[in-house]
This record gives sequence, structure tokens and C-alpha cells, in this order.
Amino acid sequence: MNARGRSFLERPLRARLPDLWMRWILTALAAGILVLIGYFFVRLIVEAQPALSKFGVFGFTFDNNWDVSRSIYGALPLVVGTLITAAIALLIGVPIAVATAVFLTELCPRGARSLLTILLELLAAVPSVVYGLWGVFVLIPKLKPAEAWFGRTFDFVPFVGPDVAGPNYFIAGLILAIMILPIVSAISREVIATVPEAQKEAALALGATRWEMIRMAVLPYSRAGITGAAMLGLGRAIGETIAVTLVIGNAPQIGHTIFSQGYTLAAVIANEFGEAANNQLHRASLIAAGLVLFVLTLLVNIIARAIVARSGRIKTVGAR
Amino acid sequence: MSTDMTTPDKTTPSTSDSAPAGAPMARMPGRPGAATAKAMALRDVHAFYGDTHAVRGVSLDYAANRVTAMIGPSGCGKSTLLRCINRMHEEIPGAYTKGTIELDGIDLYGKAVDTTAVRRVIGMVFQKPNPFPTMSIFDNVAAGLRLTGRKGSDLKERVERSLHGAGLWDEVKDRLGKPGVSLSGGQQQRLCIARAIAVEPEVILMDEPCSALDPIATLKVEELIADLKERYTIVIVTHNMQQAARVADTTAFMLNGEMVEHGATSVIFTNPTDPRTEQYVTGKFG
Amino acid sequence: MSATIGVLPPVSARRRRTDRVARALLGLATVVALVPLVLVVYYLLKRGLGAISWHFFSTDPTGAFIGDPGGIKSALLGTVEIVGLATLIAVPIGIGVALYLVEYGRDGRFAATVRYFVDVMTGVPSIVFGLFVYITLVIGGFVTDGYAAWKGAVALALLMLPVVTRSAEVVLQLVPDALREAALALGAPRWRVVTRVVLPTAAPGLVTGSLLAVARAAGETAPLLFTSAIVLGTNFSLGQRTNSMPIQIFNDVGQAQDRLVERAWGTALTLVAMILLLNLVARLIARRSRLS
Repeated sequence: MNARGRSFLERPLRARLPDLWMRWILTALAAGILVLIGYFFVRLIVEAQPALSKFGVFGFTFDNNWDVSRSIYGALPLVVGTLITAAIALLIGVPIAVATAVFLTELCPRGARSLLTILLELLAAVPSVVYGLWGVFVLIPKLKPAEAWFGRTFDFVPFVGPDVAGPNYFIAGLILAIMILPIVSAISREVIATVPEAQKEAALALGATRWEMIRMAVLPYSRAGITGAAMLGLGRAIGETIAVTLVIGNAPQIGHTIFSQGYTLAAVIANEFGEAANNQLHRASLIAAGLVLFVLTLLVNIIARAIVARSGRIKTVGAR
Repeated sequence: MSTDMTTPDKTTPSTSDSAPAGAPMARMPGRPGAATAKAMALRDVHAFYGDTHAVRGVSLDYAANRVTAMIGPSGCGKSTLLRCINRMHEEIPGAYTKGTIELDGIDLYGKAVDTTAVRRVIGMVFQKPNPFPTMSIFDNVAAGLRLTGRKGSDLKERVERSLHGAGLWDEVKDRLGKPGVSLSGGQQQRLCIARAIAVEPEVILMDEPCSALDPIATLKVEELIADLKERYTIVIVTHNMQQAARVADTTAFMLNGEMVEHGATSVIFTNPTDPRTEQYVTGKFG
Repeated sequence: MSATIGVLPPVSARRRRTDRVARALLGLATVVALVPLVLVVYYLLKRGLGAISWHFFSTDPTGAFIGDPGGIKSALLGTVEIVGLATLIAVPIGIGVALYLVEYGRDGRFAATVRYFVDVMTGVPSIVFGLFVYITLVIGGFVTDGYAAWKGAVALALLMLPVVTRSAEVVLQLVPDALREAALALGAPRWRVVTRVVLPTAAPGLVTGSLLAVARAAGETAPLLFTSAIVLGTNFSLGQRTNSMPIQIFNDVGQAQDRLVERAWGTALTLVAMILLLNLVARLIARRSRLS
């Protein structure tokens, strides 16, 4: 059959090379991601070293003293500010986001659903700096009287007081709530959509009203997934930079009420990096702040993903 | 059931009316003329999906220029066996094959053998028509040639010849630029057959090619199979016993991954030796 | 849970009222969620439209303390330049990684690890990417130190990479296996199956995912702050400091002068319009996709 002494089923190596190349290149790209993240982590640690060795990892993270003029860098005010603003964002954002998700999947008329979904997603398309701009020139002045009234009336509640700084934790938290709303809502929608039709019908068949069906069949089934969605929102809120920088006041102290000025880890990096370029310790401290931020968001994301993954396979988490 | 089970012993099928004489039969230069397809031999073939042992030691000969039908209840391993022949089985993660499959005396699982070369020589038609959605009718047929890196000035002729061979030319000759998916289901399946024969294989494997088609389209494909065996060795997996009786020269019955019995189609359907075969062909199970 | 269901009393007026109130509240929350969008768009138009003129687009910022502050020409062109380069970096790599995950890695352990870390990357704050590029490329000593447009592009590309990868992976998984099998069964080598069958079939979805990533990167400020930095004039050299719209807005807000704030609103309106346009185009292309 074969005059050249080679089987007609063979193929020269040269013809097989493109396949090998493609496989090799794509694998290298994928491996590159892992290398990149590893390198990323190592470089952050190395560059943060001057600050971490001077103040100690614990001292840097938990000392309540960030004083650039005296070259003392204890990041507690930043960590606390980050957590306060993120907490406010979750308290406001998550209930609304989950409500929109329930409404869109279970109650909304079919015709309006896709329009409302697109509008909700557009909320995520507005850049951070634009929310910041809007916060500075619209939210801060317009909300100040309301904040002052609330502070006076509910003075007895912890962390609420009548002294309202223009830029403050609450404003930052409110803007963060708006910014995390789309992702929390989107993931909650996906989770709620996985509730088996049979469970919902079982509830309805037993005479449950629509709301009782939601409370008995939908919410318990998707609780874990919604928790994960909230955690992913938390990750976003912790890392959000520019909008917060513009509306938090950038005061390196722990404010007494939610209407006090403060600072966050992300905001301090954005704000002080320019002046820190020629001051090694200051720069290292800002990089250390970045490292703390990185580790914090990493932990939150890992936990969030574990929760979401356990509540059912959702493929598009975070891909928006 | 047994009365219309005529012996499908048509070793010399009538030539297709739609095919202009000569043209569809022409082979590539350097390769001999008609009736030269190659025979295949399976020896102790096993197929696995991870730990699942799907095909258990099948030995069988496929005669050249004959149609062999593989029948058996679903899950019996007939489709898996088919996919072992053109080495598509191993594309599934965790799946592997053992044993020997020879084409014209060459082991398809030999060390130096390249899977793409195997698939070029052994064409396949799938259960559901699967034309490439981004390609026109013409490009779908040309795809086999382009995808295997063969360039040639005779592309147009070969596409036309393949469409003639699949009995589709007259229906599509005025809309070759239209998307392949715009055709009807039966036409799509014949387009896929044209695509397979454009590569000039020796063997054509068909995995329940008519299961997604209506009776009229099925009839057309069956007629086509009778034409095709003049140039190709054909293996067809089917769950439709009437179809096996209509198109196949030889029939093999599989059960639980094993080859129960094989022989001339007339014998398998009228006078099988194994009681399980008899039970199956008379509709007692499956 | 079934126990609760089992003892439901007949629908009383009270239960009906609860149902109505709860449904109204859920609907109300959805409306509330959209209020910020409406307000932001309203204020962008109200305060930003006045700033927009031909002069606004055709002049660079002057940097003068009084008088004409100039327009946003350098910022507009800089954004296009930086985001364009970031796209050229992130899209091929992102789609390449997705191809690895879908076509080669599949459910293997290595692929699962890569997938996991790509997910983790989506959660990394954008400012941390800026910081990383700063310490490796701006002061790292590998290349010429200092701020440059291409370094900003690298930071944005890092941000886009996981978004492109994840969306591309989803789209590639939608390509029916039947098509891959059809091509393989014809004797096509894997690389031709990928380039001639899988990628063309997935193309509209890949373009949509990439455009959404571009839209997201275009509005990012934090990664550019200390990578491409800010400058007044227009330049087309990728190796120099380059202005961009988000940075321009950030800077103008910080100056707190009326004429600069007006420019900030105008820039914001331009930026948001650009991003919405990208979103719109992405959705229109998605509609043309043959995959569902």
C-alpha cells in the first residue's frame, strides 16, 4: 500500500508541531496567572518590609496612630474605617439587593424584567470616580440636614451623634452600598433561580400566598448563596478606592460616630502616594496598607466563594 | 415481522440517478478506482470510561465495501465501539481503549499512528446533524479539506463531487453560499455525509444517522448508504432493526458490552444461533 | 420546612394583607435601587452638559490658576490610548487562558487551580493592581523607571484579565461539543478545530465579554493614579506620563474650583456616555450570537 515505507496513518513531526505549540502556549498562559499572583504577593511583602520590620506586622496593623509628619504608621484607623464603611454598605445594600433579586425572579411581570435587570446592571457601569464626584457635590450637601436631624434625634443610639462632618463614614458607606448593589443582586438572582420549581409549587399547592412561598421555599433554599453574595459585596466594598477617597474626609483617626470623618486603607494609598514617592518608610507603609487590604479581600473572597460554591454550581460569579 | 425481512443481499446496488455518470466515482489521482475500500479487523477490543467497562472484548471483521449494522439495546456499547474505531473515544476525559483495531493490516492504535490521520481515513456521521453554524453549505463541505490543511485548486470540483455523492447537489446547487444550518434536518445530515466523504475516507462510521430524521429523510439516507458502499466500507449503529435489515449486509448484535453474535443480516434476523439475539430481534426486550 | 407548610391555615384577610404589603415592599426596594442611577444621570446632564463644547474636546487642560481651564483633549485621547493598549494585552491572554481551561485543562486539577485563582483575581481591589505595577514597573528597575502610559495599560490589563477570562470561558463552554467532534472526526488537528470552528462560533460572545471588560476598565481611576499619572498636554508616546479622563475628574474635584468642577462634570458625562455606548454595543452583539 505504501511506497515510501511509511504507514499512511503516520504524520511527520513537523505536521504535529502546531498542535504541540498551541497546547504549550495556552498551558504556559494559564500557568502564568498562578506565577503572576504568587509573584504579586511576594513583591508586596518585600516592598512593605521596611514598614513591617520597623513597626512589626501586628503593630502596623493594630496601632491607632497614623502620623505622617512624625513618621509613625499604625494602620488601625484605616482598618477600622474600612470595616465601618463596608459594614454600613452591607447594612444598606444587601437587603435592597436581595429584595430586588426576589422581586425580579419571583414577582416581576415578564415584560419589565429584562429592562429592570439591564438598568440594575448599568448601576455597575458608572465609574467609581463619577460616584465620588456625585457624592462630593450632591450627596454631601443635600444629605447634611437629614444626617444632622437623625444624629440629634437618635443621639442615644451607639455610634450616632449630632456632630456631622460633611464627608463622613455614612456617606462613604451609602455610596459603597450603591456600588455593591448590582453584584449582590446579580448573584442573588442566580442563586434564587436555582430554587427547584417543585419546591415552590409544593408551597403554592398547599395554599401558601406568593410571599409565604418566597419566605418558606425561596429564601431558606438560597440563604447560603445570598450570604456568599453579600460576602462578595463585602470584598468589593473593602477594596473600593476612589469614590471613598473623595467622600470620607481623609482624616487618619477613628471617628466617634458614623457621621465623623475617617480614612480607609484604599483611600490612604490613593491619597498619600504622591507625597510618599521620595520617603521610603512612608512608601513602604502605604504598600503594607495595600498588603493588608489584599489579604483582607483575599480572605473575604475565599470564604465567599466557598459559600457560593457550596450552595450550587454557579459559573459566572464575579465575571461581571 | 419475519415476512418482510427480505435478504438485503445487494452486492451490486444500482447507481444513483442523481449522480452524473463518472463524476462522483472519480477518486483522487494516484489511488485506484472503485471498489477498493479497506477491510477492518477488531481483536479483543475493550473500552473504558474511567472505571466503567463499556466494551468487553469485542472481536469482529468488517469486510471491505460492505455495510455492517451494529444493533443492540441502548447502553450496550455499540456507539462506544464505533467511537473506538476512529479513536474518538479517547477524546472523552478518562476514557481509554485496549485491544487491536486493524485497517488493512495496520494497527490503528500503533505507536507511530497519528489520531488525526486515523480520522481522516475513517469518516464519521453523527446521530444529530452537526453542520458548522458559522459556515455556508459550500464551506461546510470544504471544511474537511481546509481543516486538514489540504489546499488545492480543485476545491470546487471536490465539493461538487461530494455533494453529488451525498445526493444533495441538485437541492443546493443554487444556494451554496447559504448557511449550512438553513437546510432541513435530512438535508443537514446529507450535508454532513458530503462533508465526511469530501475527505476521501476508506471507511464511514454512522452513529444512528437517522434517529433525528423523519421517515422520508431516513429513506433518502438509506438509499445513499446503498450507493456509498460501492466506494466505502460502512459501519452503521442503529436501534432500528428494520433499518439494519434494509441496509446492512452483515449485522452484529451486542449486549452489555459484549458481542453476542454476528453474521449475514438475513441469518441474524431469521435464524440466529444465540437465544438472546432471537429475543432481541423478535422484540422481547430492548 | 414541610411541617410549616402542612399546617397552613386557610387564607385569611391578615395573610392576604401581609402578602400584599410584602410584595409592595419588594417592588419598592427595586425602585429605590434604581434611584441612584436616575439621580446620577440627572446630575450628569444638568451639570455636565453646560461644559461640553467643541472647545472642551479640542483643547488640552491649561493648568492656569485663573481664566480658561482648557478642555479634556489629552484626557480623552489618553484614555483611548491606555484602554486600547490594555485591551490588546488582556483580551488575547484572557481568551487564551479560557481556551486552555475549556479545550485542554477541562476538569483537571491544574485547570481547577487556575480557575480558582482567576476568580480570586476578580476580587483583588483595583488599587492593589496599581500598587503592584508601581512597585514592579515604575520603581522596579526592570525597565526605565517613571510613569508611563503603557504601565497604566498593564495595570488595567491585570484588572481586565480575570473578567475577560471568566466571560470567555462561559461562552466557549456554550460551543456544542458536537461541533468539536465533527471537526475532530474529519481528521482536523486540535489547533485547527479551535481556530476554525470553536473561536468563530464563539466570536460574538467573546466580543461582548471583551467589550464589557473594556467598559469597566475605561472608568477605573485607582490603577492609573501612580502608573500613568497625570499631565496636561496630549501625547501619543506610550512611554510618557499620559492624562486620562478618570484621573482628570479626580484631580479637578480635588481642586475645588468652580470652573474645574464644571470641567469634572463635563468629563464625567463624556466618560459615562462612552461607557454606556460600549455596554449598548456589547449587548447588541450578544443578541446576534447563535449560542444561547
